[in-house]
Amino acid sequence: MLADKDRIFTNLYGYQSWNLAAARARGDWDNTKALLEKGRDAIIEEIKASGLRGRGGAGFPTGLKWSFMPKESPKGPDGNPRPSFLVINADESEPGSCKDREIIRHDPHKLIEGALVAGFAMGARAAYIYIRGEYIREAETLFSAVAEAYDAGLIGRNACGSGYDFDVFVHRGAGAYICGEETAMIESLEGKKGQPRLKPPFPAGAGLYGCPTTVNNVESIAVSPTILRRGAGWFTSFGRENNHGTKLFQISGHVNTPCVVEEAMSIPFRELIEKHAGGIRGGWDNLLAVIPGGSSVPLVPGHMCPDMPMDFDGCKEQGSGLGTAAVIVMDKSTDIVRAIARLSYFYKHESCGQCTPCREGTGWMWRVMERLREGDADVSEIDMLQQVTKQVEGHTICALGDAAAWPIQGLIRHFRSELERRIAERSGAMQEAAE
Amino acid sequence: MADRHLAPDTPELRARWGSFAFNAAWDAKARQAIARYPEGRQRSAVMALLDYAQRQVGEETGTQGWLPVPVMEYVASYLDMPVIRVVEVASFYFMYNLVPVGKYHVQVCGTTPCMLRGSDDLLAACKARGMAKGHTTDDGMWTLTEVECMGNCATAPMVQINDDNYEDLTAERLDAVLDALAKGETPKTGTQEPGRHTSEPLGGPTTLKEMVSENHDYRGEW
Repeated sequence: MLADKDRIFTNLYGYQSWNLAAARARGDWDNTKALLEKGRDAIIEEIKASGLRGRGGAGFPTGLKWSFMPKESPKGPDGNPRPSFLVINADESEPGSCKDREIIRHDPHKLIEGALVAGFAMGARAAYIYIRGEYIREAETLFSAVAEAYDAGLIGRNACGSGYDFDVFVHRGAGAYICGEETAMIESLEGKKGQPRLKPPFPAGAGLYGCPTTVNNVESIAVSPTILRRGAGWFTSFGRENNHGTKLFQISGHVNTPCVVEEAMSIPFRELIEKHAGGIRGGWDNLLAVIPGGSSVPLVPGHMCPDMPMDFDGCKEQGSGLGTAAVIVMDKSTDIVRAIARLSYFYKHESCGQCTPCREGTGWMWRVMERLREGDADVSEIDMLQQVTKQVEGHTICALGDAAAWPIQGLIRHFRSELERRIAERSGAMQEAAE
Repeated sequence: MADRHLAPDTPELRARWGSFAFNAAWDAKARQAIARYPEGRQRSAVMALLDYAQRQVGEETGTQGWLPVPVMEYVASYLDMPVIRVVEVASFYFMYNLVPVGKYHVQVCGTTPCMLRGSDDLLAACKARGMAKGHTTDDGMWTLTEVECMGNCATAPMVQINDDNYEDLTAERLDAVLDALAKGETPKTGTQEPGRHTSEPLGGPTTLKEMVSENHDYRGEW
């Protein structure tokens, strides 16, 4: 088990104050100037060497992402240099995910310090933290923490006495899952509907207000100062090759004690659940299935789970993904078809309506899923549904279409017999009623 | 996509809201919000201003607030942007109420993680008190909405009522919260599980136990 001294988010549960004085006593903002004095390139190299992969779901190497930002400010049409921006994605809305909330309300200074360090490394003029609208009290804490950091001279003009000017602004969303997609987030920051943009151009070339922009998840940014303080070698000492570091796991559903906990990457599923979540409700024989990474990834049947290393590659090998490490556990009392149909409803509700396959497909898939729940379908419709998910997947601007398709594909792959059983049961009942 | 419709633009609506303007407090907040964006990019503040406008409407009506069309027009002129662009934003984002709501907007999360932990019971409890999804009770006290994942999955099931979350609910615990609100009290927010602090495992944290009683600095052990 990860030792407490190696946990980054020591105030994860908010037993102590989030404020600046308490955060400083825990080690935040400790000579941040010295971190910046390493220089832009050295910071990016250190983050690259740490193997940190983006914590927002896709797992793209963070240091590499930062290196895509232009070294020299590009010139705008008027000949003046254009600023660069860091956008921090705090629009945590993936069903199952609840880690960024804990960082923001209990350890906000880790995020703000990370914003300065990351922003400096990529040459950004300012950071916008886009926090989901429903995190109302969390946003209040974040606004206060940012104000504290300004008052203490840690951000703003000559941030931390480094000679670097850097602003941090908080932008509240208003209830749209799609704004967690990076280009939708940029649109939303510009005061528009959150509909994703076509790529290219990529945000690092033309993002917020047409300026170079990098969008990073809260956790990716918040861990970076600690990585720089303790060194890439410390971070890579946890987890398997290509999956290094520590990670906030969020365990929900049918476990005895659901919780958020920071653990080493690659921890086996059974160990994670036994140590922190009190085991599966009703014991391991009662485990039906697990969604290991938030609603967008396919489920994994219970018997394949216990030894699964909880990291990007380990989940992928079981046909799923680590996503945001939002572990949704389902025991044998679960109506598995309903559980997935409810996710289909979620995607129908959250489709932004821009691309036809997603706008029409998510509603169609949900309606078929609702009928399959009752067995009110023909067996051939299972194949038709599978085919339609393939027509949505990969045919939309952003990944919401894929995310809507994958849970259904996972259900058909592993629980086809259950779907067929319901259809047979209903048609049997209908026959009986007719006789 | 979610079905969203504007309230009809009637002469009565115009008479009530046609002269809407921010009061001094919300006007100051609006100016602060605009200052967060580069010059000439004031449209970026439209989301904040719609929120403030909804809250002021809420204060004036004793409810959570909503956005009548004349109020959206006011925001558009405040930010020097076309009205349709404001209407697009207001109708796209789910937290802007396009029709009047009650004093308390009871938003029950029904997405899978909450569903697995018993959100059906919470919806049934609301129903038993006379609430119906998408409607406001006749006394104007409660509006019930089933919402999508609110990011409280480790303390599921939960409801958000106006600005506060109530987590680790059962039908009985939700009833207690609603009873307290009905009486004008302010019930404890956050988890309703006795002995639980936030999102640590019930029964006490399995990690970082020193933090429970003191602001422990782990750097000495590095």
